[in-house]
Amino acid sequence: MIKLIPRVENSKAMIILSPIIALTLTALTALVIFLFILEDIPVSSVFFTLFVEPFTDSYYFSEILAKAAPLMIIGIGLSIGFRAGIWNIGAEGQYVMGGIAGGAVGLYFYNVEGFWLLPLMALAGILGGALYASIAAFLRIKYQVNEILVTLMLTYVAVLFLSAMVHGPLRNPSGFNFPESRMFHDSALLPIIWEGTRLNISFIVAIVLSILVWFGIKKHMFGMQIKITGSAPRAAKFAGFDDNKTVWYSLLISGGLAGLAGLFEAAGPAGQLTPGLPQFYGFTAIIVAFLARLHPVGILFSALLIALSYVGGENVQIDYNLPSSIIQIFQGMLLFYFLACDILIKYKVVLK
Amino acid sequence: MNESLFINIIIGITIASAPLIFAAIGELLVERSGVLNLGVEGMMIVGALMGFVVQFHTGNSYLAVLAALFGGMAIASIFAFLTQYLLTNQVATGLALTLFGLGFSAFVGRGYTEETIQLITSFHIPLFSDIPFIGPLLFSLNPLVYLAFFTVYLVWWFLFKTKQGLILRAIGDNHDAAHAIGHNVVRYRVIAILFGGAMAGIGGACLSLVQVPIWGEDMTAGRGWIALGLVVFASWLPFRVVLGALLFGGITILQLHAQGFNIRISAQYLSMLPYLATIVILVALRIRLKNKTNRTVPNCLGRIFHSTT
Repeated sequence: MIKLIPRVENSKAMIILSPIIALTLTALTALVIFLFILEDIPVSSVFFTLFVEPFTDSYYFSEILAKAAPLMIIGIGLSIGFRAGIWNIGAEGQYVMGGIAGGAVGLYFYNVEGFWLLPLMALAGILGGALYASIAAFLRIKYQVNEILVTLMLTYVAVLFLSAMVHGPLRNPSGFNFPESRMFHDSALLPIIWEGTRLNISFIVAIVLSILVWFGIKKHMFGMQIKITGSAPRAAKFAGFDDNKTVWYSLLISGGLAGLAGLFEAAGPAGQLTPGLPQFYGFTAIIVAFLARLHPVGILFSALLIALSYVGGENVQIDYNLPSSIIQIFQGMLLFYFLACDILIKYKVVLK
Repeated sequence: MNESLFINIIIGITIASAPLIFAAIGELLVERSGVLNLGVEGMMIVGALMGFVVQFHTGNSYLAVLAALFGGMAIASIFAFLTQYLLTNQVATGLALTLFGLGFSAFVGRGYTEETIQLITSFHIPLFSDIPFIGPLLFSLNPLVYLAFFTVYLVWWFLFKTKQGLILRAIGDNHDAAHAIGHNVVRYRVIAILFGGAMAGIGGACLSLVQVPIWGEDMTAGRGWIALGLVVFASWLPFRVVLGALLFGGITILQLHAQGFNIRISAQYLSMLPYLATIVILVALRIRLKNKTNRTVPNCLGRIFHSTT
């Protein structure tokens, strides 16, 4: 049996080592799975395609950065709430609502161009996501209804609402009845920052946001408040922290950022509103936030790691005809191992 | 409304609510022991897949249901090991379980997307089922529906009529005290988690073996999450789970029939009903309780237990 002996102090070495152990274990498990399902393809070449090839080609590399951007933006928002024990699990829904709200603004001005359009769309995206998340905040504060369930239920509602919109009011009038909106015109599209790729300004926004939030948490009283509310709720009460304020801020910020990410997807790679807007980023960002131990700067790295698995996964899918769902399995597994390895920080594990 | 339509609607409601009853009653027992497992959706979809695969290959419905049961239990065991022995955060682990389950079932299920299976059909007991009106309603339901009702009764009996049930509830309310008087907290919780997984698995099988004869990756469509809501709605009391599940079954059937009656609302808005209803019901429950604390909520729900002795 395993026996856990609590450490007097958290192990500093393990804080750094445990993610590495988790990654190694995930890679080993992946190896075993590949050995099991691949018949005549050498495992080493699959590993190469998954983890190395994306770095050898500038297009693949730009795709890693492009896919990391929404994960960063959503993950940063979620990490704030998770620190305070506010579980916004429905970022996917806020992402969709942000996409619809911001996209609708872009479509309303489909024949007007101007530098002001994109900021306006971004603002609408943030508002759309934040308002949608505020339903959960309101219900939690007024009726003590669990925000996990509300945000999740609203995710299903948002996806259906998107479908209703692109089948109805926002459908392209000259689009042969396809459930798609018009294409956004140039001034409603995010500027590309790397010529010849799909990498747009959202990546820079993500990095700025992570630094801003990091400073916010370190320097601002609210950062202290969410940290204490999450780790010692009773102490937070004695300190006189306003619980409701924590709930409101957590959900509005995470919802707003998820909405912004949704708009960035619509006005970026998608270029229009389609039923395919939701890409599971809202859920994957939960993994991203946990892998970074809810640290806003750490999220930059965990998002890049997960984005690498996406790009590598797509290549594996094309080259070896493996389904993309295998990446989802690895991502889930990575989180399992990661959570499990964190025990090494607080406890000494003894086998006997 | 004519009689046969009425009977069909009632039967439809029972079939639509069975998956929710199974998943929710399993989770209810888990939460009574003080553990919050947010992986219901993942365990359900794995159960649905296992049931489908075994039914497709063997054609034996008993084996298929058993496979679903063990499938749900198998992935619940990951959760049990992580949360009970490695003391991981239950919310994060549960979410990981759902993401993993969805990925796993999409991966394994990809070979079955074009296959169809024989569904489990309703009983027909000669004489009894032929009694007008009452016959079909009492004696011709789907076997899994009867099993669902029976399971609810069993869980109620276990929780409130047996010694072990009392211990389980005590552990859920105060694990330190229960441990101090010598009860094995971890063992009770692990067994509860495995039972929850088994029930979620069968709940998934109710979708793939009773409702639709084809496999779809998004088959559960949030029912695992609705089941979690039902446990709260039921105030952790077993029989109220049935009430809540029938209500949801009713909404699902209403939505299907509304489409059939050519009501001029887009299908998308009708499909939102079960999700919106979950929220409305949870709010209504709180209004009814008038902000009093709910005495049936297990005190240690979601808290990590570790004993040094």
